[in-house]
Amino acid sequence: MHAVVLLKQVPDTAEVRIDPKTNTLIREGVPSIINPYDAHALEEALRLKDKYGGKVTVVSMGPPQAAEALKKAISYGADRAILLTDRKFAGSDTLATSYVLAKAIEKIVSQEPVDLVFAGKQAIDGDTAQVGPGVAARLNMALITYIERVEEFNPDEGYVVAVRKIEGRKEYVRAKLPALLTALKGINEIRYATMPDMIRAARYQPEVWGKEQLDVEEAFLGLKGSPTQVWKSFVPQAKARAKVEMLTGSPEEVAKALVEKLVPLTLIANK
Amino acid sequence: MHAQGVWVFVEHLGGEVAPVTFELLGKGRELADDLETELAAVLLGDGVRDFAEQLFRYGADKVYLIDDSVLKDYRTYPYAKGIVKLAQKYTPEIILIGATTLGRDLAGVVATWLNTGLTADCTELSIDKTTRLLHQTRPAFGGNIMATILCKTARPQMATVRPRVFPLPEPKPRIGVVVEEELGILEEEVPTRIIKYEEEKGPGVYLDKAEIIVAGGRGLGSKKNFRLVEELAEVIGGVVGASRPAVEAGWIPYAHQVGQTGQTVRPKLYIACGISGAVQHLVGMQMSEVIVAINNDPSAPIFNIATYGIVGDVLEILPAITEEARRVLAGQRGVR
Repeated sequence: MHAVVLLKQVPDTAEVRIDPKTNTLIREGVPSIINPYDAHALEEALRLKDKYGGKVTVVSMGPPQAAEALKKAISYGADRAILLTDRKFAGSDTLATSYVLAKAIEKIVSQEPVDLVFAGKQAIDGDTAQVGPGVAARLNMALITYIERVEEFNPDEGYVVAVRKIEGRKEYVRAKLPALLTALKGINEIRYATMPDMIRAARYQPEVWGKEQLDVEEAFLGLKGSPTQVWKSFVPQAKARAKVEMLTGSPEEVAKALVEKLVPLTLIANK
Repeated sequence: MHAQGVWVFVEHLGGEVAPVTFELLGKGRELADDLETELAAVLLGDGVRDFAEQLFRYGADKVYLIDDSVLKDYRTYPYAKGIVKLAQKYTPEIILIGATTLGRDLAGVVATWLNTGLTADCTELSIDKTTRLLHQTRPAFGGNIMATILCKTARPQMATVRPRVFPLPEPKPRIGVVVEEELGILEEEVPTRIIKYEEEKGPGVYLDKAEIIVAGGRGLGSKKNFRLVEELAEVIGGVVGASRPAVEAGWIPYAHQVGQTGQTVRPKLYIACGISGAVQHLVGMQMSEVIVAINNDPSAPIFNIATYGIVGDVLEILPAITEEARRVLAGQRGVR
């Protein structure tokens, strides 16, 4: 079994702050983490490796610092790590990102066959959920999004069965290999790194692939290859109400005042 | 090639059109009118022809239909192929898709095959009449900032929108045209098969349909205190919501999360308890009709969008409201 896992290094958005003057992210002092959805995708791939043997290759596109996320993945037990970094990749939207990732996977496949590609269902900094499906579309791979677990992996007959969780139901989907699976968060318990893997990770240097190492056309890279562009960004002015009416007094008084307001609006009534 | 027309993808399940489709037709109608072009619904499925009439009533001038047994259950490949085929033939200017699990699965593939831009989870869409560009506004970076995205160079301009972001339009009697195409895909060509499915059991969380939501945030302080939110919800017949910090703290499951990374809601009444009002939360609930905010910080942003505000200790105020509501409701029952 050979699985490729796509990882994104993201700022821990729970702690992101915006500079009110420039409307840009304050990145200083914000810790970087492996996108949580991707971490669960990695765990799912490592479990398949535990069960069936084989290999897990992790791939990340990002600035040189993203090597840290890859080393972290090595410490969990990934075998090979590839960092896709190049100035020409900067400013990529989801279309340009899926282009580079798909080209990288093609190159990996040319070196050794790949059964499965895993990704998180989305990244917590962009929240688009578009890159996984985009990569599958480019590679013409079967796609199963929102997976909760891999139910069955059958390389001899060339299929995988995964359970996906969507609105109101769970689907058991059988897909032809190779397939791309995107994982939900919290579906598995992420393992602790073992001491030997930690030592290996500390010494490990991810392979670095840029534009020159990939069979890519410059017109499809980075800002140039991105049809969508941010025209402006702003700290939203919440749609302010005409005016907020403040209720004051003791808890009992405000409770009474509030319920009085709501009852005539039939917002609180017998059900 | 001159792109023309606004398209809305029709999502349906179990013989019913999903409400997000009608919401998008409502917004799509506005965009099409601004562009002086037509609004079309894109309908794929097996035995779905009869939906067309409903789609006209909600504003579509035209329905592009592919009716084929391969499209019985939603699957990425044949649905995406079908839409791409239609889009390549009829070249729409804009395609809108609901940001549901189904819509997100579909949109990324369609946009990639059409080699065009796609903006996820838009909370606002409008047309710049001079450039004819679609202004697509969405929260970015976990909802800490808003960005307006343009797709200048490629067509169609594609966007996904969450359910409940736009209001349901009033249906009106009107007629339209059905344009039918063949799918041209055999079952053997489809790389996935749904072996079985299980309806999710247990009490579902129907936040998006709730009329009353009582939501708790970081200010509650603990899982035990979060019970206070649940108690009020119980008494007034509301559904429990939560901000992201409350969910991340493990006080309540993710299904209850309201906001950019949770659900978008527009109830008649939204009571925000101990929620400061991070943008990520506000974008998911600011369309609520009446908003009550209870928070100890008078400068909390939640008060900017509240109808009624109460500054104070949520742990004292919340039980008092629950008590008062219980008393008043019991009184109402007595009268009847």
